[in-house]
Amino acid sequence: MSYMKTTLLGCTMLALSGAAWAQDDTTVIGVSIPAATHGWAGGMNFHAQETIERLEETYPQLDFVLAAASDAGAQVNDIEDMVATRGIDALVVLPFESDPLTPPIQSVAEAGTWVTVVDRGLSVEGVEDLYVAGDNPGFGRVSGEYMVEKMPDGGDIVVLRGIPTTIDNERVDGFESAIEGSGINIIDMEHGNWNRDDSFNVMQDFLQKHDQIDAVWASDDDMAVGVLAAIEAAGREDIQFVLGGAGMKEMVKRVMDGDEMIPADVTYPPSMIATAIEMTAVGMVSNAPVSGTFTIGSVLITPENAEQFYYPDSPF
Amino acid sequence: MTAETTNTRARRSLPSMSVLGPIVALVVLVAIGAMMNSNFLGAANITNVLARSAFIGIIAVGMTFVITAGGLDLSVGSMAAFIAGLMILVMNAALPSMGVGVPIILLGMLVAVVAGILAGLLNGFLITTVGIEAFIVTLGTMGIYRSLVTWLADGGTLSLDFGLRTFYRPVYFEGILGISWPIIVFAIVVIVGELLMSRARFGRHCAAIGSNEAVAHYSNVDVNRTRLLTYAMLGLLVGVATIMYVPRLGSASASTGLLWELEAIAAVIIGGTVLKGGFGRVWGTVIGVLILSLIDNILNLTDLVSPYLNGAIQGVIIILAVILQREAKAKG
Repeated sequence: MSYMKTTLLGCTMLALSGAAWAQDDTTVIGVSIPAATHGWAGGMNFHAQETIERLEETYPQLDFVLAAASDAGAQVNDIEDMVATRGIDALVVLPFESDPLTPPIQSVAEAGTWVTVVDRGLSVEGVEDLYVAGDNPGFGRVSGEYMVEKMPDGGDIVVLRGIPTTIDNERVDGFESAIEGSGINIIDMEHGNWNRDDSFNVMQDFLQKHDQIDAVWASDDDMAVGVLAAIEAAGREDIQFVLGGAGMKEMVKRVMDGDEMIPADVTYPPSMIATAIEMTAVGMVSNAPVSGTFTIGSVLITPENAEQFYYPDSPF
Repeated sequence: MTAETTNTRARRSLPSMSVLGPIVALVVLVAIGAMMNSNFLGAANITNVLARSAFIGIIAVGMTFVITAGGLDLSVGSMAAFIAGLMILVMNAALPSMGVGVPIILLGMLVAVVAGILAGLLNGFLITTVGIEAFIVTLGTMGIYRSLVTWLADGGTLSLDFGLRTFYRPVYFEGILGISWPIIVFAIVVIVGELLMSRARFGRHCAAIGSNEAVAHYSNVDVNRTRLLTYAMLGLLVGVATIMYVPRLGSASASTGLLWELEAIAAVIIGGTVLKGGFGRVWGTVIGVLILSLIDNILNLTDLVSPYLNGAIQGVIIILAVILQREAKAKG
């Protein structure tokens, strides 16, 4: 019993001294993000690392802890570890999924730690101090509006969807309401799971099933790669263009080069993590207020503005 | 032994359901597909389905031997992704010195085959010589290869140089007499595999080890060497599958080959191979692979069910295909 008490006491003292040390001269910012399991997340990891390196040089009084988790459970562990062993003063988190991450983030916020949530919102409102949001309905809307503009006389299109999630539903809803009444018909819709191989297979089957397809909303640049390969292999000439999304550098390059099959792209920038880390750091070191919601709109990339969105060094 | 005797007895009267089961399932699927969509039996669709089955199919033939010998390999999907990444890196690196041409493609193929054999030997060595459970070893290497490819790609995608890709592309999309290369290679692998399994000593040794390791050992079968060979062969076939995979999209990322291991294992079991070892059927595996890719194909060609339910339909058909065999076993 007494041994346990001593251990507990020791731990508490360690934790206290750790927290005290952290508060003394350095401010610790924890960054918790999903691991680089697909292209977009890879880009996000790249921007997170780059931003942290830059900020650590600019602000010597800031210390960063970066953890990439492979699933929601692992992310909860990461956050618990950051609080317990590093005594973080601020947490920047891109939640894997909203529901399972809400309670742990809530308890971090209740302990007085600054919380910045990125991309996906939490299930309970008002937990976070700063919300840097991606605009999924807007992503769908901008894509839909472009389709309408590009096909004024209407036409038949097929749609590839992502992994069945709220994000995907919001995008498709936004897209569908934007093309409503324009004469554009969605003749088929399947999940390509934001994956090149899956979208290749789905597109091959769509090409077998439909003799006339005017355009494809691939809704993601990785899926657009698979779609283009399937169209090329089938030698079909009826498809006028493919609209992807997210802003992968290869696709932005093709827009920049005036490729007719890829006339445009819609951003959903993985660099939004950089915005969030940057704003949190500013809030920690200065008096500038940074609380509230900051929505990063989805922008249409066209040959005219493509150069601004082209990052040749990023892996995505 | 028992399996063989039932087979001969059955052939005299009527083939047993364990033989007919997977075939019936396949025929029913083809009939449903043909009814649903007129393009289903068209040459283009059949080519698409066979060519895309080839990756899993080639791997599944190797998996049949591993499972027959009482083993398991969970690492094949990650291994394929890693080999694809490695192949792309090597070919891109050699491009300035070698230029676009046949030699650089052959170099890429050599890298894939050697990397595959080495990866297979590593699995086999840890399982046989070091004596760790196959499940644990390959679960470990699965994680290792998956992280390695993510690391090689910096979390993004490794892409083959555009000029090289255009040159290499025909390996997936073209072939002889309208039959594309993946289908030809798949067919050769299947024929060699079937001969090895049913006619050669190697196949008999695999089955003997799978049904009773101790008895096989006392019957003068080199258990460790045979097991090691099954893993090396599977590694080689993963390399061959990757050679066919890379020209299709010319890229590899962390999501390449995801869940291929489970698809390959499912195909093997649907085909009638026993999961705990002792009996294997290469031609059955082929039917298993075809059933799996036809389900996807049919679901894409029709609007019968919500796409949310695709996975459920697949699950039901997989279980049904196996039940069909079991029922027959209970009767006969």
